[in-house]
Amino acid sequence: MLAKIQRILGTIGLPRLLIALFLLSLFVIAPFVNVRVDTSINDLIIRFGMNAVLVLSLVPMIKSGCGLNFGLQLGVIAGLLGSVISLELKLRGFVGFFTAISISIVLAVILGWLYGQLLNRIKGDEMVVATYVGFSAVSFMCIMWLILPFKSPDMIWAYGGQGLRTTISTEGYWYHILDDFLRINLGSHIAVPTGTILFFALLALIMWAFFRTKAGTAMEAVGSNPDYARSCGINVNRVRTQSVILSTVFAAIGIIVYEQSFGFIQLYNAPLMMSFPAIAAILLGGASVTKVKMWHVVVGTILFQGILTMTPSVINNLIESDMSETIRIIISNGMIIYALTRKMKVRT
Amino acid sequence: MSETYLLRMENISKDFYGNKVLENVNLNVKPGEIVGLVGENGAGKSTLMNILFGSETIHETGGFSGKIIFDGQERMFTSSFDALEAGIGMVHQEFVLIPGFTATENIMLNREITRKNLLTEVFGERMNTLDWPKMRSRALQAIETLEVNLNPDMLVKDMPVGHRQFTEIAREIDRETTKLLILDEPTAVLTETEAKVVLNIIKKLSQKGIAILFITHRLQEILDVCDTIVVLRDGKIQKILKPMETNAQEIAQYMVGRELSEQKSSVWEEREFHEVILQVNDLWVDMPGERVNGVSFEVYKGEIFGIGGLTGQGKLGIANGVMGLYPSEGQVTIRGQALKLNSPKDALNAGLAFVSEDRRGIGLLLDQPLSWNIAFTTMQVKEQFIKKLLGGLIKWRDDEAIAKLARDYIKKLSIKCVDENQLVCELSGGNQQKVCLAKAFAMNPEILFVSEPTRGIDVGAKKLVLDTLRQYNEEYGVTIVMTSSELEELRSICDRIAIVNEGRIAGILPPTAPAADFGLLMLGKTDVKEGVESAS
Repeated sequence: MLAKIQRILGTIGLPRLLIALFLLSLFVIAPFVNVRVDTSINDLIIRFGMNAVLVLSLVPMIKSGCGLNFGLQLGVIAGLLGSVISLELKLRGFVGFFTAISISIVLAVILGWLYGQLLNRIKGDEMVVATYVGFSAVSFMCIMWLILPFKSPDMIWAYGGQGLRTTISTEGYWYHILDDFLRINLGSHIAVPTGTILFFALLALIMWAFFRTKAGTAMEAVGSNPDYARSCGINVNRVRTQSVILSTVFAAIGIIVYEQSFGFIQLYNAPLMMSFPAIAAILLGGASVTKVKMWHVVVGTILFQGILTMTPSVINNLIESDMSETIRIIISNGMIIYALTRKMKVRT
Repeated sequence: MSETYLLRMENISKDFYGNKVLENVNLNVKPGEIVGLVGENGAGKSTLMNILFGSETIHETGGFSGKIIFDGQERMFTSSFDALEAGIGMVHQEFVLIPGFTATENIMLNREITRKNLLTEVFGERMNTLDWPKMRSRALQAIETLEVNLNPDMLVKDMPVGHRQFTEIAREIDRETTKLLILDEPTAVLTETEAKVVLNIIKKLSQKGIAILFITHRLQEILDVCDTIVVLRDGKIQKILKPMETNAQEIAQYMVGRELSEQKSSVWEEREFHEVILQVNDLWVDMPGERVNGVSFEVYKGEIFGIGGLTGQGKLGIANGVMGLYPSEGQVTIRGQALKLNSPKDALNAGLAFVSEDRRGIGLLLDQPLSWNIAFTTMQVKEQFIKKLLGGLIKWRDDEAIAKLARDYIKKLSIKCVDENQLVCELSGGNQQKVCLAKAFAMNPEILFVSEPTRGIDVGAKKLVLDTLRQYNEEYGVTIVMTSSELEELRSICDRIAIVNEGRIAGILPPTAPAADFGLLMLGKTDVKEGVESAS
């Protein structure tokens, strides 16, 4: 009996269990502190849809042994560029949305290739270097957003007539384009953003299928043991570059999905910390620095976003002070530390 | 009588997790005596010395049995510090020096001569200042005893290898208490002149009354300097000889073992081969620790070609070089066609397959299931086990075919496992080796390179692996190039055996050749070999 419990615990993992219990307890407490459970669930579903693709984008690099993509911002920047270009072209609806995605895929492939070349030169230190790549790319773009020749009055500063605003509304272009697709209303407080969820499911399916092809199998082998892969005639550097490009492209798509649901394109410093919540989520889901499964993405995003939705409302009402941000930071950064220390243990 | 011995080791036995490496070894050393210790790799030389020197690994792996009597007292060293204190010094095979320190600093390390100063009064001994001039002169004195030209102020990292070795020896003899010095292959990395200097040092030290235990693979050195020669084989003392009464050939014979081999090789009937399938010409491979310096040989279609030699001489580099895993230069032709070097993919496409000596490092995907491990290479190189969808645009992995292949090999090679989905890291060494073989067989290779196929697996599994190789050779006509440190293994299945010494092929012999000939080739005595051959 005890052994059975231990085995179940082993597969679920202690951190996941604790967070899940914590989340459950928040839902139980919610009605007592005047927080509506149904709106909370609605929030959770929407946040899941917004963030899931970004979390999914981490998978290829983990599988190929490049570690957690702390340089996720690079993909985000490609996505942002695609979005503003699509807005500049005054494309609306699905045409605008998919134009944004197409442009950002092209940009993400280029940026991802460069990023991949860099990561191939610093094997073993990918995550440290990636963090700085992400940060410096964001800073560089802070300059570019100001001087790129965008003209659309919806996007540039009203005064001066030059430079993009910090937040640009997608309203009137492709706001909620996926969220409202086949939207299901359950009662007055729950509206399921079916389109966004379906879109995520489609991307997840593509990702899953990719890892069942010859190229995907090679990528996983490179992650498991690069020397083995090399002895099987695989060009390890090329496969690693492929994985980085794939991660960057998915991150670019991820941010566009996020924008259509959120309603705003956030420029300048907004993408700076984008990688941390995504990484915390996938780790919470059960991934490690070297191993990941598709369900880790789903479980992790639900748990992490669940905590984010529930803590501000429930905890704040409970202790009557603003603790939510603190808790969010403790959980996300704590998860990252936990995963990194576990990796050390494997190494020695 | 017994008082005259400085060191007596009685009935020393040691096993590593049930694997016996030393059995009832008795070793006596008189003061000032030079004892040479010879034996093949794995004969137990290093383990014996580690026991004497109180190495931690011995105690971590369950200690040993037997008695050590040093200087008239029964001793049991639990750490190297104890051994040092008792007066045993050791010069290691790998240098144990601090690269960024000078010769003086390394020689005087932890025995620094210090002066008291004001801070000492307040904070105690730890604040003593170093007395540089005195330390330098002490170091110089030690260097002078060696009669070598070594700059005491030179950083160790800037020194040539020979000087590093001198620094190590100087450090050991600076200890005034040293009564017994263990030298573990001190000449292995030295040039001939440098080696001579070391040998002179050894003689001089022994005249001073310091006993020396000297391990080397160079037989001539042993014959030149030692008073007594102890031959170890398979953890037992095979023979104790006096240099005046013996010669290199006899020592080699005792080292390699004779009677056993003659029986085994007689089972194998001689086969004739005519068609050359693999031709290696002037191959250089830069594999760390196993450099190959220009080897040439031919392998005939259908034969089992053995490559033997001592560790570090380059025998492993050959297969790794041909397979493109380490940077290499030279010409390799397969069926008359030149093979592109430094490209594993081309090697695999040319019909070669490789079972690496580094099973866990490059042979396996440890955290993946058995089925993947077996099928992966074939899938990537030959595009088997793949379903092409959308006109070949998508190459879908055929998990069913992979599982079937894995189940076939599990049955054929009787791999012990739960099923084909079990992770390879959960299997035992022998079964992992079988997975490696299955991986290579799945490629249907024309030429199969196998390196150290029986390393680290138990006796039963060893036989099975060798039988499997032979069976594949006979049934499918696969040409096998097998590299192994174990000569007996090579002699039991190979048609011809090449012995590698210092990165070159010292000679190629039939398995029926006397063991002593192999021994001499391993030690680089190519000239003696011809004499022996004509005699036999």
